[in-house]
Amino acid sequence: MSIDKDTVKHISKLARISLDENKVESLSKDLTSIMKFIESLNKLNTDKTTPLTSIINASLKSRKDEVKDGKIRDQILKNSPEKNDEFFVVPKVIE
Amino acid sequence: MSKISELSLTKIVNGIKKKDFSSEEVTKSFIDNSKKSKKLNTYITECFDEALKFSKNFDKKKDYKGLLSGVPIAVKDLFCTKNVKTTAGSKILHNFIPTYESTVTSNLWSQGAFLLGKLNCDEFAMGSSNETSFFGNVKNPYGEKLVPGGSSGGSASALAAGLTPATIGTDTGGSIRQPASFTGTVGLKPTYGRCSRWGIVAFASSLDQAGPMTINVEDSALLLQAMSGYDSKDSTSVDKKVENYSSNLTDKIKGLKIGIPKEYRVDKMPTEIDDLWKKGIEYLKDAGAIIKNISLEHTMYALPAYYIVAPAEASSNLARYDGVKYGHRARGKNLIEMYENTRSEGFGNEVKRRILIGTYVLSSGYYDAYYLKAQKVRKLIKNDFDKAFKDVDAILTPSTPSSAFKIGDKSDDPVSMYLNDIFTVPVNLSGLPAISVPAGYDKNNLPLGLQLIGKAFDEQTILNLSLAIEKRANFKKNYKIWWS
Repeated sequence: MSIDKDTVKHISKLARISLDENKVESLSKDLTSIMKFIESLNKLNTDKTTPLTSIINASLKSRKDEVKDGKIRDQILKNSPEKNDEFFVVPKVIE
Repeated sequence: MSKISELSLTKIVNGIKKKDFSSEEVTKSFIDNSKKSKKLNTYITECFDEALKFSKNFDKKKDYKGLLSGVPIAVKDLFCTKNVKTTAGSKILHNFIPTYESTVTSNLWSQGAFLLGKLNCDEFAMGSSNETSFFGNVKNPYGEKLVPGGSSGGSASALAAGLTPATIGTDTGGSIRQPASFTGTVGLKPTYGRCSRWGIVAFASSLDQAGPMTINVEDSALLLQAMSGYDSKDSTSVDKKVENYSSNLTDKIKGLKIGIPKEYRVDKMPTEIDDLWKKGIEYLKDAGAIIKNISLEHTMYALPAYYIVAPAEASSNLARYDGVKYGHRARGKNLIEMYENTRSEGFGNEVKRRILIGTYVLSSGYYDAYYLKAQKVRKLIKNDFDKAFKDVDAILTPSTPSSAFKIGDKSDDPVSMYLNDIFTVPVNLSGLPAISVPAGYDKNNLPLGLQLIGKAFDEQTILNLSLAIEKRANFKKNYKIWWS
């Protein structure tokens, strides 16, 4: 499967990464070679194989549903690039 | 003074306890070495003043109860450290100061160790050469032009150069074992679930595992013991008693059965790697082990499966970097453009490639063809190991297909870089423990490692086998200091 330039642009959009037009070509080449490498898996018939869901045979523990680390608003906001009192600030989303 | 920094972690811990030297003397010795090591580019953040202060307080309090009492330790910059910048080697986190501490590092601190600094690594641990770090590539003590391996390259280089008595890294596809092999040090990836992943910057959550990096096997056992354990904050950590790896450590391995998988004899493998492997077999035979040929027939599919699973998980883990809650933020006319510009400016090329691959294989209509297929292949790879472990106690392979390569040699071709992890990746896909132990040199006198793969939660056996190899290989670091 080759990843052409339009596909590169499409998945960049999905991944929310803006791309310079001049980088699209080389990305298309790199991603195509990676996908070719990945597609060697097609040689292997897995019709009768069930997919792996967990690598360690341990059942998940249940726990009480309780707040243990609440009231840390200031800590959560501390690394925000832009904040206003107790809010994260983002560009306007509603006209 | 500089002699202290030549000692192993175990000897330092014992020396402090016996008052042969103080924690302050130890700390000063490693700080001195670290300050002279700028050319290696191992540190992203230095915590030398704080470490010195801690050591002085320690010497006053004289509390020797911990496994690591009074020992300064620098760690990979992927572990969140409270109030100390944690970058993951990325521009997008260049200013991130966690308000919490990762479980694994807090385990070390509660055993009496303290933070010396944060070590360089490939961006978000994605790389095998430390060339993808936003903070520049790290150099290998074995040569100014050589990579230290990756992604825990800063950790491996700092350890090999005597800048920290021991360190911890993370291993998603080989990121502890490959740099350990390239720098003549011991690197252990524990069983998935042995150590908590809480507070470690996530790359691929079903593969990531933290582990010890040390100058010898004895230290590896000690550090593994200190960092392991169940953590209610990581639902994938396993509630299983942590063994006393140190006091159980023995090189008496007579009668253990060791598997040699024929599929690891790959095309174009340098003869010196094959020779090293044969030497490893001889060492273990000499120690009384029984060698058995085994087959892990799906080995060749491990890397392609890994390059679906890891990027897929990475693309969703890295969706959190949006310029809103923390980290770098770029300008944009609207919210979407702000996201897109932030992520474009904040991530480097390799991280972008992997996010895009991950996004592609998970995108609508492709899930069954790629991700589901990879999880099926993963099952087959795990079945191979399960079957093999019915007949053998551990598996011996080379750690890497070559010794350390030159900076720039593979950075233009992502797939040739990926092939570096050919021997290490199957272990991550199967959640098993594995260790790389230095066992010899190539024709240019560069270190080479052997890998021992164990049954789940049987770190003790691979530590014991490594000790048997270590005693026979008699590996000594043989570089000349060129950086100070």
